[in-house]
Amino acid sequence: MNLREWKNRFFRWLDGDYDVMANIMEGSLEPDESHEKVKNDRKAAHKELTSSGFSQAVIDAERKGFYRIYIGVAIVSCIVLIGVLLYTVSLLPKYGQENPRAVEVSDRYIERGLEETGAVNVVAGMILDYRAFDTLGESHVLFAALLCVMILLKKDKKNMDSRFDDYYQIERDAYFDVSKDSVMRKVGMLIVPCILVFGIYILLNGQNGPGGGFSGGAVMGAGLIIFESAFGFELVDSFFTAKVSMLISFISLTFYCFAKGYVFFMGANHLHNHIPKGIPGAILSGGLILPLNIAVGLVVACTMFGFYSLFKRGSIGGV
Amino acid sequence: MDIIRNFPLMTIILSLFSGSLCFVLKGKTARFYTIFFEIFLLTACGVILWYTVTTGASVTYPMGEFPAPWGNEIRAGILEALLATLFMIIMIVSVLAGYRFIDMDLDESKVNLYYAILNLMTASLMAILWTNDLFSGYVFLEILTLTSCGSLIVREIGRTTLAAVRYMILNLLGSGLFLLGVVLLYDLTGHLLMVPMQETIAGMAQDPRLFMVLTLSTGVLTVGLAIKSGLFPFHFWMPDSYGWSTPTSASILSSLVSKAYILLLIKVIYRAIGLEVFERMPIRNLFLVLGIMGMVIGSIQAMHADNINRMVAFSSAAQVGYIFMGMGLGGSAGYTAAIFHIMAHAVTKSMLFLTTPRLAEVSEDSLLFRKLQASALRNKDAGIFFLIGSMSMIGIPLFAGFSSKLQFALAGVESHSDIKLIAVILALAASSLLNAIYFIRTLIRIYSDPHGNMRKVRVRSPHRLGYIFPMAILAAMNLFLGLFSWVSIDLIVRGLEMFG
Repeated sequence: MNLREWKNRFFRWLDGDYDVMANIMEGSLEPDESHEKVKNDRKAAHKELTSSGFSQAVIDAERKGFYRIYIGVAIVSCIVLIGVLLYTVSLLPKYGQENPRAVEVSDRYIERGLEETGAVNVVAGMILDYRAFDTLGESHVLFAALLCVMILLKKDKKNMDSRFDDYYQIERDAYFDVSKDSVMRKVGMLIVPCILVFGIYILLNGQNGPGGGFSGGAVMGAGLIIFESAFGFELVDSFFTAKVSMLISFISLTFYCFAKGYVFFMGANHLHNHIPKGIPGAILSGGLILPLNIAVGLVVACTMFGFYSLFKRGSIGGV
Repeated sequence: MDIIRNFPLMTIILSLFSGSLCFVLKGKTARFYTIFFEIFLLTACGVILWYTVTTGASVTYPMGEFPAPWGNEIRAGILEALLATLFMIIMIVSVLAGYRFIDMDLDESKVNLYYAILNLMTASLMAILWTNDLFSGYVFLEILTLTSCGSLIVREIGRTTLAAVRYMILNLLGSGLFLLGVVLLYDLTGHLLMVPMQETIAGMAQDPRLFMVLTLSTGVLTVGLAIKSGLFPFHFWMPDSYGWSTPTSASILSSLVSKAYILLLIKVIYRAIGLEVFERMPIRNLFLVLGIMGMVIGSIQAMHADNINRMVAFSSAAQVGYIFMGMGLGGSAGYTAAIFHIMAHAVTKSMLFLTTPRLAEVSEDSLLFRKLQASALRNKDAGIFFLIGSMSMIGIPLFAGFSSKLQFALAGVESHSDIKLIAVILALAASSLLNAIYFIRTLIRIYSDPHGNMRKVRVRSPHRLGYIFPMAILAAMNLFLGLFSWVSIDLIVRGLEMFG
């Protein structure tokens, strides 16, 4: 295989037309006449996509010449950026050497973290107590991402009958749908409870050891996804509908906002806040860290499953 | 009146809450809620402004019980409160004048998501204005990036999707570089809070080797924010993003979001690096050169546009050039001019972006110049407001654009450098001339009716009052900034004094 062919394949792969795993993975569909039809449909759709409200002449002018310079400049600027960053890092004071860096912040986190936050896990104490404002923002970053994906993928009147929903795709989905597969179901029955319990453990143990809301929520979300792929949406919808998912996210985020707002308010006005720190090492310790971890974990789990569900069927849950 | 000290915290927390509330509300309820909530926020910001002006000191507010170098902190001074008030006014006006288009462009089931995104955007704008901490700045910058992508893709026509992808890639590159800069600065100083960081940096800047590292890290951070705000070589995402999105998004993105990044940069320069240390770095001259190039090239590209929204968007690139030129001139005068221009441009550009769809509406829904012939005669209200906006952009006296150009010239005089003064005056003259050429061309196009038969297809635009009222607010603010520029300049100067 010569270089040109590789390059051609590479760019086709970048465009998404070429599947590297085609004919390798078990169960892939052989390209048939429906594939050709889909390709033509895609081409037509792409043409419409790029030309709506914009003249083809301008696009062509943008493409010619511009692309060559563009690739050249991109490579050069990447190399320059890498060089500059490496040079900067090489100039930084070396670890252990005498340097003018202030250590008062990290020292206090390590030395007095347990006493001041009540959490054995200093990292949890840092992100949910000392610097809780950042984490408040961080949990809303996830929420903002969910909103964007919903705007893009949620099925509605506008994209319901779009040509991307071609029958080939549906056929392919049905072919790969393993929810009727008995091996998948048996294995699912075995591992899903373990994964969910493990997720809850990580979530509840965030103040005492490695873990916390983000990681626990991600594990729980993954458990839900495996549950869905083993048993299908019908079973998930019996307890986890779109409404439930939205309500969980809403209640968790609201709780997070107001609980933290209360702590900020009390702290800034030098008032005593009524949240007990608990005994370090116990489950109920670390003040607000445990409830906040639960809130974050629920949001993360809902968001992860929401993404999966949006990509698979265009809604965050059943009606 | 100590309760007012809590208002900055309240604006952030309540906007975040509104974001998740709109997520569960129905579309129409979400819109009403958002409008009322924003009016409430405007009042709160106004009260903070009044409080800081009367007490003459900024409000430092620890987030939680831990004091400055250990816990987060927010701080509200005159400058932040002034800009927050202006931002809220523009936010309200954009929603009021654009919600009809939101209802048209979006599916009914997604309208509440749009308002949720707007509320999160408000929260991050507020947090970026108030924050005193580099990493909080980064977190809320991330929310701003995501929500602005979301506000672009809501209009599901092909071109917006492409524009949003391009916007997202460039913005993520910018965020990444900003984060790298923050990490390097943290590694150097051991602080994320801006004020303690500045103290450490002041000591470091004496050592030439450390000064070099400081310059490079600040440079990485600056390039990140420059990409996000659309400084000259990085402005190519602008025309598509602003040109095809729903009017409310275009107005908010061009006048608030890209300005918020610049304000964060100014905050980093003033509060984290220290103005004196920054002025020793060569980055400042780069601002001047790129700013001037952006002013000229953005205007030239605007002349080539065949579509009115793309023209206005390219002119935004030129205006970002003005702001960076002011920062390049440096000194208190340069930054005053830059911030005044942020205000003047926000008021003007939101007016233009909210007006062009009204012109297109009476011209077969097309933004192309050839279809827009005599459109101002068909929709007279939109014509008048486009005229006001154009005159401000060109820099005709009485309007905000003139005052800000005057400020740039004065900052050039105060820079005590002949080359800089000549460059600034020439750039201002060239850019104003080019602005005049393409805006007057547009005005002639939309007001002339060569065959005398175009005005007959008069379409009476629905919700006329819902358009005139918010636009009248913007026009009044424009005139206020133009005629009584000394009021806001006085506030900016006082704000900058307590900003560092």
